[in-house]
Amino acid sequence: MRPVLYVLSFLAVMALGFWAYRENYATQASLREVTDIQNEIAGLRESLSIERAEWAYLNRPDRLRDLATLNFDRLGLLPMQPSQFGVVAQIAMPPAPLITNIPINGTELVAGTLDGAAIADPEGAQTP
Amino acid sequence: MTTRTPLRPLARILHARQKGENPDSIERENLRLRHEVMRDKSRGSAQVRLVILAMSFFGAFTLIGARMGTIAASEPVEPRTASAGAEIDAGRADIVDRNGRILATNMLTHALYVQTRDLIDPARVAKQLAAIFPDLDEKTLLRRFTDGRSFLWVRKVLSPEQMQLVHEIGDPGLLFGPREMRLYPNGTLAAHVLGGSSFGAEGVHSAEVIGTAGLEKFADARLRDPAQAGTPLVTSLDITVQAAVEDVLSAGITMMNAKGGAAVLMDVNTGEIVALAAGPTFDPNDRPANPTSGEPSDSPLFNRAVQGVYELGSTFKIFAASQAIELGLVTPETLVDANAPMYYGKFKINEFEGHNYGPMLSVSDIIAKSSNVGTAHIAMMIGGERQQVFLKSLGLFDASPVELVEAKGAKPLRPARWPEIVTITAAYGHGISGSPLNLATAYASIANGGIKVTPTLLKRTAPMQGERILSERVADLAVGMMRRVVTEGTASLGDVPGYAVAGKTGTAEKTKRGGGYYHDKVVNTFASVFPANDPKYVLVVTLDEPSENTGPKPRRTAGWTAVPVAAEIIRRAAPLLGMRPQVEAASLDGLIAVKN
Repeated sequence: MRPVLYVLSFLAVMALGFWAYRENYATQASLREVTDIQNEIAGLRESLSIERAEWAYLNRPDRLRDLATLNFDRLGLLPMQPSQFGVVAQIAMPPAPLITNIPINGTELVAGTLDGAAIADPEGAQTP
Repeated sequence: MTTRTPLRPLARILHARQKGENPDSIERENLRLRHEVMRDKSRGSAQVRLVILAMSFFGAFTLIGARMGTIAASEPVEPRTASAGAEIDAGRADIVDRNGRILATNMLTHALYVQTRDLIDPARVAKQLAAIFPDLDEKTLLRRFTDGRSFLWVRKVLSPEQMQLVHEIGDPGLLFGPREMRLYPNGTLAAHVLGGSSFGAEGVHSAEVIGTAGLEKFADARLRDPAQAGTPLVTSLDITVQAAVEDVLSAGITMMNAKGGAAVLMDVNTGEIVALAAGPTFDPNDRPANPTSGEPSDSPLFNRAVQGVYELGSTFKIFAASQAIELGLVTPETLVDANAPMYYGKFKINEFEGHNYGPMLSVSDIIAKSSNVGTAHIAMMIGGERQQVFLKSLGLFDASPVELVEAKGAKPLRPARWPEIVTITAAYGHGISGSPLNLATAYASIANGGIKVTPTLLKRTAPMQGERILSERVADLAVGMMRRVVTEGTASLGDVPGYAVAGKTGTAEKTKRGGGYYHDKVVNTFASVFPANDPKYVLVVTLDEPSENTGPKPRRTAGWTAVPVAAEIIRRAAPLLGMRPQVEAASLDGLIAVKN
């Protein structure tokens, strides 16, 4: 009985050692991965700040004013004037619905003629 | 080497045999002695070995213990140049406007330096560097490379294209150091507010960026604080409004042939400065050097809105009038002696161009017509003591507390003594000077229903909780009187339909350096409040040495120069501030009540 115990405990020690070895390297790999990701984040953060600066640079009022002047014939942009403020009452009401929908009797009439046509010429539809 | 004693010495053996003793005992005795000596010797050497072993174990364990101690005490991560978290960003904080749009930010660039010992071909490097950077001289560079120094800065910042070109030279002595560069993406916009920045202490791996003027210098500690580097500094400026104000002001300076000008637009309820412009201006990305000769005001770095301490003229009249009403001495309808010219001792007080608006004028008309004589009589009713207290409470005696480093140095000028003639002249803004920002603050305090306003360039959300310097009724009456200046007085060009502009013009002759006044050099100021029925903003426009030359002779009064510029600013800025034009029935009613 005792030799079996010895062999089992020896095998257990071997297995634990193997497990610890694997864990050690897995941990180191994760740490390296975290470092890489953090470097990437730092790089992205830096490029984000550059993008922000560039966005601000491209949107500087001087440039926008020049662009509005250059493209005046297409955009027709002018500085905002007090007269451009409006009230809700000045906005036109939406156009009335189209007149064709209104006569309900008419649709029945049309349906009647269509039915009549379908009945009048049942084979006509099949002739080529 | 000790002599070896024989085990059986012949003399003693013979002697023992003669006595009949056993000679073997002598041999055993000697053998025993010899073994004792050998045992002592080996014991000694074993002790020495043990001591050496103990000492080496002690040393090894001490070393391991000390190493464990240092590992336990030190930071558990490797030192890193870049970090992922914004909260431990080492850079300088951004400056943004009230809507979060960037006014100042950082950009990563590189500095170029040379380790001359590692240069392979200094002559070729000097030639190619001079080709990349036209401002560098090949001969000077070569001399510096070869005069024995080992280290040399070439450029503080490089563009990526320049850096690539330098890489292509391919000399191992050319090295790059990372640099955070301060960038003002809007160019000249708000240049006088932002100021500028430069490099402080420089190292190969980094350099500190320090503010050199304006807000950058005032808030330097806040901007450099690593704990707050991730949070931008939010100013009260609005980029759009600031751009419109600068645009109109610079056009106004050109049209009115002025040397310079300033405009301050302030929220009367919070004291926030929404736009602060001064012309001529400069580019903070490429800040010119401080002037070393001539008038400081001739430099574009001069911030006329804050540093320009001028006599502000008739804009001060409203202070005398409102204080007299507050004290109960007059009402807006009270008739006051305004018979010009007025004599006080040896002094003669005249009206503009020798007019006489008298003999009697109501207080409201004194403001509308800008009568010096009438104001002088009101000031004499108030008296010097009370006048000084009131002007001081409006902040006209102290440097503006705004967050600009230049403001501290621009203390308003006032006479040391305050005899009655000073009381009279100060009432119409002569003999006492202040900056346009001081004036805007004082007007904001009146327009804010009489509660004192502290100006700020940082975003503030709560309305001012200052001390009350005028009752609300008097503040309303004062704004009503200023409205009349625009509708029927000296500032008729300042009327912007829908925005009920109220204001007061001021024209002051510039003082000569040695004393006395120039007659053809004036400072024109228009201090305005809008809309008059519910004041929201104060706008002060100052033009330095303007002259409006469309008429037969040059016009140099504020009504012809500063007022149209201010009106145009209001026309452009008010819609951008989200103010819709109003039908003016309400304010007209108020005016009728004032006029009676």
